[in-house]
Amino acid sequence: MRLISQIGEWFDRRLQLAAPIREITEHPVPRNTASWWYVFGSAALTVFVLQLVTGILLAMIYVPSGSEAWSSLQSLNHDVTLGWFIRALHGWGSNFMVAIVLIHMVQVFLFGAYKFPRELTWIVGVFLLLMTLGMAFTGQVLRFDQDAYWGLGIGASIASRVPIIGPLAVKLMLGGPIIAGATLSRFFALHVFVIPGMLIGFVCLHLLMVLKLGINEWPMPGRLVRKATYLTEYHELTKKDGAPFVPYAVWKDLFFAAFILLAVAACAAYFGPFGPTGRPDPTIIQTAPKPDYFFLWLYALLSLLPPSMETPALLIGPVVAILILLLLPFLSGEGEKSWRRRPIAVLTILLLAISLGTLTHLSGFTPWSPHMNAWSGDPVPDQFLRRSTALQRQGALVFQVKQCRNCHSLGESGGQRGPALDSVAVRLTQDQLIRQVIQGGGNMPAYGNNLSPAQTTALVSFLKTLHPAGQAPARDASRDAVIGVSQERADPAQP
Amino acid sequence: MPVDTTLSRRGLFMKLGILFNGLVATVIAVPIVEFLLSSVTRRSNSYLSWVPLGSVSEFPEGETRLATFRNPNVMPTDGKTVDTACWVRRVEGNQFQVFAINCAHLGCPVRWFPQSALFMCPCHGGAYYRDGSRASGPPERGLFEYPSKVENGLVTIQAGELPTPGAPSAALFGKRPPCA
Repeated sequence: MRLISQIGEWFDRRLQLAAPIREITEHPVPRNTASWWYVFGSAALTVFVLQLVTGILLAMIYVPSGSEAWSSLQSLNHDVTLGWFIRALHGWGSNFMVAIVLIHMVQVFLFGAYKFPRELTWIVGVFLLLMTLGMAFTGQVLRFDQDAYWGLGIGASIASRVPIIGPLAVKLMLGGPIIAGATLSRFFALHVFVIPGMLIGFVCLHLLMVLKLGINEWPMPGRLVRKATYLTEYHELTKKDGAPFVPYAVWKDLFFAAFILLAVAACAAYFGPFGPTGRPDPTIIQTAPKPDYFFLWLYALLSLLPPSMETPALLIGPVVAILILLLLPFLSGEGEKSWRRRPIAVLTILLLAISLGTLTHLSGFTPWSPHMNAWSGDPVPDQFLRRSTALQRQGALVFQVKQCRNCHSLGESGGQRGPALDSVAVRLTQDQLIRQVIQGGGNMPAYGNNLSPAQTTALVSFLKTLHPAGQAPARDASRDAVIGVSQERADPAQP
Repeated sequence: MPVDTTLSRRGLFMKLGILFNGLVATVIAVPIVEFLLSSVTRRSNSYLSWVPLGSVSEFPEGETRLATFRNPNVMPTDGKTVDTACWVRRVEGNQFQVFAINCAHLGCPVRWFPQSALFMCPCHGGAYYRDGSRASGPPERGLFEYPSKVENGLVTIQAGELPTPGAPSAALFGKRPPCA
């Protein structure tokens, strides 16, 4: 024991770090901040360290070359001992890190911790969020597979829409005129050197400010922040009702950090690594690329925005969002901290969470995309063909062969791009059906050039049978008056 | 106490030192920036060249077929990424339309469906007619079209750059349909 303390003293006489470390660890924090709500920052740091370690391990095998990256991932998955597990840890660690950073941010927002004097801590935090998302995107690119390839294409298409500098930004991003080896190499440099370097620097800055300014006290409804008095009040609080960070508060951080690491490892062991999907070969076009989990909401949003709003939303939206985040501590740097007295803050979080959740959920089954194989894979269900005439059956055939099924469902199978047609005859009269088929409209292509008059007649005669048993099909009364008894009434298929 | 405004010898040397470093940093920064921007500063049309897709007889009249070509600029580490697909429509005789595989919305690979005579995109549901004009969905314009010509019995296109909506060469890739 004496030997150890002697060695320790020998080092400390030279390093002189013991005193400042003791000061840091034992700095007093308000007692009520020793809460499970205050563990997300340290958990994010823990996962970041895990990412650094697993990232370095992966870099020992991974080859950042357009021709070899994919195969090096395959050998990590299949040949290198536990390579799959390290990949899985890194991939799941990334998901956990984004999630924890977001939860941490929500907690800081709802607890008013961004207010005076912690404005800069929040701003640095916003940059840390952006860098974390940057790491998630560049990391997906390094998994150089089909999703990565087409994901880069999507990134390039978005970047190209920036006025004036767009096309230059695309070439800068791709490192050339197309997505190729140079693209992967520069994303490797970003993912492995540039962004992590900045992250480490900003994390240090963030932590330094937490130490210098003290952890945010538990917000009490009615206890307002005033620039003139806050620092004295906080100082008194830590003096009167404070406790040393170590060990009073730190044990919860330690437990939660270990729990999160365990959760990452469990997910990694159970679910395994992400991809890689198919080879990054752009001649393979039978692919439906999708981004990673945390960008799925964006993927859904890009499908649902009206075309005319898309470019402004893509280019202005992120700038506005980031500006709001950066300006937040200046817009409400004082006043109420507690979420109990900040209904708009709570509603904002709920609105964002529900919107992002809904968009992410929608991207799970992409109702906006045609089902490419529905026309050959999903036959017209039997119940729609019972007691039908030859013409109607011919129409059902046209319906399949012309791939109407790719966008329209019948009996809950088929695409969801357009409305389900189970009861279309109730909504549209015969003339309206003909017009819709031939001219399209309302986001449907016009089929006039692609259907013969006979095919159109057959198709419409089939569509007219699509209505629930107890409900009569829509009909045009004036047409009846002109033509006489409508065909629908004479139709033998009708009950 | 009056502020001492005289410049000491040490102070002068320090300022000169900073100035010297600034000068050297600028000199070194020029090639660094030039290196970083090399893919941007290169003249755009120097990436483009005429690439053959195959003989005219490989493309039946009135049909649209998938063709692949190798991008004219190749680096040793590019792997398969320089192989590119495109849709070749032989309208009639020597009249061709060659469409980029990339959707004009966000660049996903569109697929041709001869039965419904539509190009459909698997990502966000864009659709185009057989002549490449926009049919429905989020794209704001028709498919990108490579300039093409028939030379010595070969269908040839001018390619070499990823077609994106904002690229100056997008004008080269076919005009915006009047309805868009």
